[in-house]
Amino acid sequence: MSSVSATWPRIRRLGVDGFLISFGDRLSEPANRAALAFRATLNRAGWSGVEETSTSLASAYLRFDLTAQDHVAMQAQIEALLAERDWTTASLPDGRRLWRVPTVYGTDLAPQLDEAAAAAGLTRDAAIESISNTQVRVQTIGFAPGQPYLGELPDCWDIPRQTKLSDNVPACALVVAIRQLVLFSVTTPTGWRHIGQTAFRLFRPEADAPFVLRPGDEVQFTPTTPEELANMAARDPDGGATSTVLK
Amino acid sequence: MTRALIIHRAGPGMTVQDAGRPGYLAYGLSRGGAADRLALAEGATLLRQDHGFAAIEMATMGGEFEATEDMRIALTGASMRASIDGTRIAWNASHLLPAGVRLSIGACETGSYGYLHLGGGIATTPTLGSRSAHLAAHIGAAIPGGASLGVGPDPRPADIGQVLDANARFDGGTIRVVPGPQTDFFNITEQERFGAMTFRRDTRGNRMGVRLLCDGDGFHSERGLSVLSEVIVPGDIQITGDGSPFVLLGECQTTGGYPRIGSVLPCDLPIVAQARPGATLRCRFVTLEEGVEAERREETHRKGLRNRLRPLIRDPHRIHDLLSYQLISGVTAGDDLERS
Repeated sequence: MSSVSATWPRIRRLGVDGFLISFGDRLSEPANRAALAFRATLNRAGWSGVEETSTSLASAYLRFDLTAQDHVAMQAQIEALLAERDWTTASLPDGRRLWRVPTVYGTDLAPQLDEAAAAAGLTRDAAIESISNTQVRVQTIGFAPGQPYLGELPDCWDIPRQTKLSDNVPACALVVAIRQLVLFSVTTPTGWRHIGQTAFRLFRPEADAPFVLRPGDEVQFTPTTPEELANMAARDPDGGATSTVLK
Repeated sequence: MTRALIIHRAGPGMTVQDAGRPGYLAYGLSRGGAADRLALAEGATLLRQDHGFAAIEMATMGGEFEATEDMRIALTGASMRASIDGTRIAWNASHLLPAGVRLSIGACETGSYGYLHLGGGIATTPTLGSRSAHLAAHIGAAIPGGASLGVGPDPRPADIGQVLDANARFDGGTIRVVPGPQTDFFNITEQERFGAMTFRRDTRGNRMGVRLLCDGDGFHSERGLSVLSEVIVPGDIQITGDGSPFVLLGECQTTGGYPRIGSVLPCDLPIVAQARPGATLRCRFVTLEEGVEAERREETHRKGLRNRLRPLIRDPHRIHDLLSYQLISGVTAGDDLERS
């Protein structure tokens, strides 16, 4: 399947002072890589008037100072940069890491494992095996501080979000829907199903590195027991998570 | 004793706020900051100090305060009944709060967010470059009664008695909206219906966003409700499951999958934040060019605020309780010298 079509990439205005540079309207690995690489290049370019940049799953975003720049000049710069290469073939960010995150699947810590497994057409054990053996990638950080969207899971996990929200799913919860995992950085209501619980604190406002995960990092959620998780949680904010640099 | 403000009693939504934390969007942290950024600028102007200084944001309810040293204060945003040692003081003005004397601030009379600014600014320890509480991200928290907050040194301790007329923004009104990447998920009929609708601000609303209610059907997106999660900016109007619009404010999430019909101009966001439950709001689509022009005008207005300061004088025509003043104090029979 070709991921590049005639209509992408597309430059659109977001808000009165921003541009959204999209590489697709559905999630794909090339569009995700393109968005990450384009934003990194925007940051390196250091254009005057740029206030902030970001990415979503398949887009890069740029906000600029309306008193220092105008849309026409800014759009021309973006177009020129976009034309420099095929961004969908860009490589992943440098310095990526592989994280192994101890996770309690199911139990009263993560009460929706059985329900999610059933939706995916798997037994509980097969569901744990499927998730814990998949090395997922941080596609973007968003919604809440330091919170990763991770993918992509095997096809059977293309399960919808619940129509009703669950109240207050705790921080460090692992939730699933639409072939993606999210690891919560803060307590939040959600339509995603709570299948695992970790003790990996992703947002540490007082620390030198307040945001732990970065787009491009890979993560594997390795099974552990509630007792071990409690011990690891007491020891450090990583909750037993370890990382190695990917070459 | 250190220079501090003691908060004897605090309304439930009282927080420290400055201009927030731009620059962390890519890390999932929205910029937050004062719900009414113009009120922050007005307070800084009244005290002739840095616009980046932190103030106390009071959601709907004020509190009881006491300063450990003489301090300058300014009050801006939604007007609340305020008094120092029992004497009513003017809103949108700067005053002296003497050490040890009680400052009482009541409930909002108009709007939703009032601000108490201090000469030297609130001097709590910044987190990620800002003193703002970001409740959704669990940075900081609501100020509890009994708290004491450090206040920075003030180089202009005698500069008080200024007043500034605030732009009307406390009772709903028309907000300008620019189209965005998902506006065409709504067909032209839906867009026109949206632009013609009179909304009421729901009781549900906080620093993350405000829900709008309308009579009649909710709004319908051609592309369904679940689109690829995309970057959110404050001001975005997302159409949620039941078709009602939800205007995102400074403390919103950074990405979201609900379709967005457009984006409120940042300069009109204080109108949304300040609207009280039940206040009417209308959304008017404007072109990008008109939006840019409005933002540039707003910037000029903010920079020029200092030229609008005027001395706070007690004009008898504007003192509605004139008769309660003791206007004849010191008047004598005129024979004082003879009698001495």
